[in-house]
Amino acid sequence: MAKEKFNILQSTCVPLPFENVDTDQIIPARFLSATSREGFGENLFRDWRYDKTGNRNMEFVLNDPRFGGKILVAGKNFGSGSSREHAVWAIYDYGFRTVISSFFADIFKNNALNNGLLPVVVPEKFLNNLLFIIQKDPGSQIRIDLEKQSIVILPDGEPFIFEINPYKKECMLKGLDDIDYLLSKKDMINSFETGKKS
Amino acid sequence: MTEPKTLFDKIWDSHVVQSIEQGPDILYIDQHYIHEVTSPQAFNGLKERGIPVFRPEKTLATADHNVPTVNQDKPIREELSRKQVEKLAENCRNYGIELFGLNHPKNGIVHVIGPELGYTRPGMTIVCGDSHTSTHGAFGTVAFGIGTSEVEMVLATQCVLQPKPKKMRITINGKLQKGVTSKDIIMYVISQISTGGATGYFVEYTGPVISDLTMEGRMTICNMSIEMGARGGMIAPDETTFRYLKELPSFPESFDWNSLILNWKDLKSDQDAQFDRELEFNGDHIKPMITFGTNPGMGIAIDDSIPTTDDISSEDSVSFLKSLDYMGFVPGMKLLGHPVDYVFLGSCTNGRIEDIKTFAQLVKGKKKASNITALLVPGSKAVEKQVIDEGLDRILNEAGFELRQPGCSSCLAMNEDKIPEGKYAVSTTNRNFEGRQGPGARTLLASPLTAAAAAITGKITDPREFID
Repeated sequence: MAKEKFNILQSTCVPLPFENVDTDQIIPARFLSATSREGFGENLFRDWRYDKTGNRNMEFVLNDPRFGGKILVAGKNFGSGSSREHAVWAIYDYGFRTVISSFFADIFKNNALNNGLLPVVVPEKFLNNLLFIIQKDPGSQIRIDLEKQSIVILPDGEPFIFEINPYKKECMLKGLDDIDYLLSKKDMINSFETGKKS
Repeated sequence: MTEPKTLFDKIWDSHVVQSIEQGPDILYIDQHYIHEVTSPQAFNGLKERGIPVFRPEKTLATADHNVPTVNQDKPIREELSRKQVEKLAENCRNYGIELFGLNHPKNGIVHVIGPELGYTRPGMTIVCGDSHTSTHGAFGTVAFGIGTSEVEMVLATQCVLQPKPKKMRITINGKLQKGVTSKDIIMYVISQISTGGATGYFVEYTGPVISDLTMEGRMTICNMSIEMGARGGMIAPDETTFRYLKELPSFPESFDWNSLILNWKDLKSDQDAQFDRELEFNGDHIKPMITFGTNPGMGIAIDDSIPTTDDISSEDSVSFLKSLDYMGFVPGMKLLGHPVDYVFLGSCTNGRIEDIKTFAQLVKGKKKASNITALLVPGSKAVEKQVIDEGLDRILNEAGFELRQPGCSSCLAMNEDKIPEGKYAVSTTNRNFEGRQGPGARTLLASPLTAAAAAITGKITDPREFID
């Protein structure tokens, strides 16, 4: 089924200046026992957002009222560990539409692209500068233009042109689903199977 | 003259239905495994689209992540776990998929039962919504983990969209020393190249140390390929592989070996095949390993010291210290002799019969340390049965250990088998991330031999002390 189209996103950012954030931190395993894709946003970074007694940990950025927006900015090597797509659903369900980092684990990046969450890879210098600016001025806005593959810190930053797989870019721009695409190739798949049997 | 190809290329290329221009390949999947955690939303997707499962006979299901490891004949107490397991059963019924559910004699951890039941065969492409799917690479397959959206793709079309990864060859030369196991090999490699070291690559393992391994030893190696960021890991099939398959009780008698063995013997990388990256390690140098930090790459030889901040680059030092703080360790300290609270033997990494035998052999005639709580979880009902049939359970009981029932259990603690906060657990699993085995749990990854040694002494111990 078609997903939300992604074209231009302009938003403030939430800084997460931690490196090596793995999928067990993004969504702890004890919250994977759901049978639908909804509701995971509640448990995003659960063990950082809440302490053991269930009270909000006011030091964690998601509980800091100064920061908000649809863009998450994370330290390098974001999303390592499990293939659980639930990590992406949690980030998306919470309200983020883009994650910016200098390095993403492969499976996480793939899962993000499959679910309308744009992973943007930027050089470490750009990332560190971005984190510095956001933390200094939480109202700072970023503009992402998927068609141009550009990301720029407003009002007058230098745009950085990021990489993205062309096929995934097309799908995200059109709100297209991989499965609809594959289903359109059924005849080809049938021929492939017949060819293998001979 | 055709260009020399790697084993990975041979399998991948022969399964490409179409290469999308400037995009991923449409890869046909021979064998699909599913479990209760990553499949429900995929089936919901099929329902919403109003389509059936395309090739139900090519999907095999099991319940493993959420199940209790005691009293499996009683209803699952935890409501969400019970619902997930029930949902899987309902989905399999509705869509005509074979399920080896809880209490079924063929039930177990997905990456244990697939191989032992003969579903995993050389030359296949295999996927599952689980990152340790790389385990099946031990049979010379292209096997990798996928997300739930991709599970839905496979159910709908028996294909998955994947960009073709680069190729890495890791050669282990030399010879394994006494007391060193396949678990130590892969932990050593990850400690050398880090958790991101193989990102973007599919790894082939070769070398005399690898060829000497049993199939179970090979599965342990391939299993943890994901922990260095690799897309998957594989080992070319050889006589060891064919013998293992031939001896499987479930392998069909009428199987025409002559024709197929010829094909299977072609399943190896050509002499001059090019890899994008090659690494070599000397097996002589590998010692029993243990992790000290909060990712699988933070490992040292058991008799070594934790690195100091001098050994760490300045950009890594913040996370290094944070990690040590969580573990209650300090830079430069030795781990030998440190008290341990829990020992866990099990998981898709080390939950097979050889692992349990290794553990039993070490503890035979000795007694579990009084400060240790031990969880011994067989990887499958078949493994459980073999342990009992061979009398290993008596050896374990006499030493103060009890065998539980199969499941993923404490590896990721989705069921009640959680390690309490602050407690140290020597665990034969694959990940030591913060809180993975329970909030605040302190995981020390190790081999079954090292786990057994800790279970007897009650502290981190060099297993070589128990070997003459």
